[in-house]
Amino acid sequence: MAYSDKVIDHYENPRNVGALDKADPSVGTGMVGAPACGDVMKLQIKVSASGVIEDARFKTYGCGSAIASSSLVTEWVKGKTLDEAMAIRNTQIAEELALPPVKIHCSILAEDAIKAAVEDYRKKHGDTTAGHPVESSQQQAA
Amino acid sequence: MQLPVYLDYSATTPVDPRVVDAMVPWLGQRFGNPASRSHAYGWDAEQAVEQAREHVAALVGCDVRELVWTSGATESINLAIKGAASFYKDKGKHLITVKTEHKATLDTMRELEREGFEVTYLDVQENGLLDLEQFAQALRKDTVLASVMLVNNEIGVIQDIAALGRMCRDRGVLFHVDSAQATGKVAIDLASLPVDLMSFSAHKTYGPKGVGALYVRRKPRVRIDAQIHGGGHERGMRSGTLPTHQIVGMGEAFRIARAEMATENDRIRMLRDRLHRGIVALEEVYINGDMDQRVPHNLNASFNYVEGESLIMAVKDLAVSSGSACTSASLEPSYVLRALGRSDELAHSSIRFSVGRFTTEEDVDFAIALLKDKVGRLREMSPLWEMVKEGIDLNTVQWSAH
Repeated sequence: MAYSDKVIDHYENPRNVGALDKADPSVGTGMVGAPACGDVMKLQIKVSASGVIEDARFKTYGCGSAIASSSLVTEWVKGKTLDEAMAIRNTQIAEELALPPVKIHCSILAEDAIKAAVEDYRKKHGDTTAGHPVESSQQQAA
Repeated sequence: MQLPVYLDYSATTPVDPRVVDAMVPWLGQRFGNPASRSHAYGWDAEQAVEQAREHVAALVGCDVRELVWTSGATESINLAIKGAASFYKDKGKHLITVKTEHKATLDTMRELEREGFEVTYLDVQENGLLDLEQFAQALRKDTVLASVMLVNNEIGVIQDIAALGRMCRDRGVLFHVDSAQATGKVAIDLASLPVDLMSFSAHKTYGPKGVGALYVRRKPRVRIDAQIHGGGHERGMRSGTLPTHQIVGMGEAFRIARAEMATENDRIRMLRDRLHRGIVALEEVYINGDMDQRVPHNLNASFNYVEGESLIMAVKDLAVSSGSACTSASLEPSYVLRALGRSDELAHSSIRFSVGRFTTEEDVDFAIALLKDKVGRLREMSPLWEMVKEGIDLNTVQWSAH
């Protein structure tokens, strides 16, 4: 598999690896994927009182493209409002990283991770207007 | 030390420099066709081919008249299975093989299924070995042939060929053995083994690619229908001008293997065991395949909670094989490891290490240090590892499949 330079850069020097306190009310946690499929992404966002994502962390079990996709979205969501973050599309991620067709699912997973993290945050704050309910990591891991 | 460190001797081996030296003259001034009976160029080449045949026969304990040159193990396997199935089709149309065989065998069997044969694909036990009782029960009155590999290419386990062969012989079933991964690693004595057909390759034993041989027993005589026609070379079983330089290379490689295998295997076992100790010192590492009934060259390990493709990417300074076929764009885990009952995750995170003639202690120590560093780094990045460390049983988690 020939990876693009950007994928290799994110894989070798992943941005924002780590964890935030998932019990913190200002933190939203999203976990998507399944070990049997070869990818699990956990994305966490820390949201300021004004509704702006001020920090993000990820942990990913997956191939180089999955690690790069999640690393990239932690950079992209920082400084964005929740609605702006929700507007990030997998096609933008795939284009930025020049993912080959067989790796497009990694970018879809990264988009899903953003949505899951935002919805977890909104759920914590009693906001159910975010659309269809998506199970967040807390429910899944319970 | 040359990077990447080569630990993939089961994929192929470098041609031993002594083998290269033996081959070169047959590409240059000694270019004759071994089938030319009317002049010295031909006689010279024929003599070289026959001497090579003696070297191969000596390593595996057979008569020179029982060996047919081919282009490699894949052709040998095709010729053995299709050739015997075709010749004996009036006896029956049932064949037996094992789920962990090489694709050369499995794809050949699939082709014969399309031609109307019925094939039984036997499971293996968790250690990769066949259950002898299960094998015995699979043998039927209309079974023509059973095919089992001596040494598995992925996990290195050694099947009990002598016992399997005796069962076949008692029931009048032909027995083919794929020995591509076995020559120079385990002793083979066809004079005493109840085996009817055996396939060999040169390039897994420090010979050149593109040449192999098929053993066809003479007493009791085994017949096969040729699959390639044109000229009647190799007693009609495999036509085509013999590649003298390739054959000389295989002969020299097998001569060296016979002379050196005892001391070489001791050294290789020491290296493999050193690698084994270094790897199992990491947490959550699982060895695939039986550790006793195994060639000393092979180690196949799964690194739990690390995804296979990223692991391969992380260890790019090691030339190893992944149990995960992600790299070939089919996201299928190894069918061999699945047949052992390994989960998809463990099958995906497996690496086959195979050491060989030119592997050094320094190579092995480099591999251990690199794996320790990279597996640690990937686990730090893994949400699964984090959950396991928090005491969460991953089997109870409801994952969102995608």
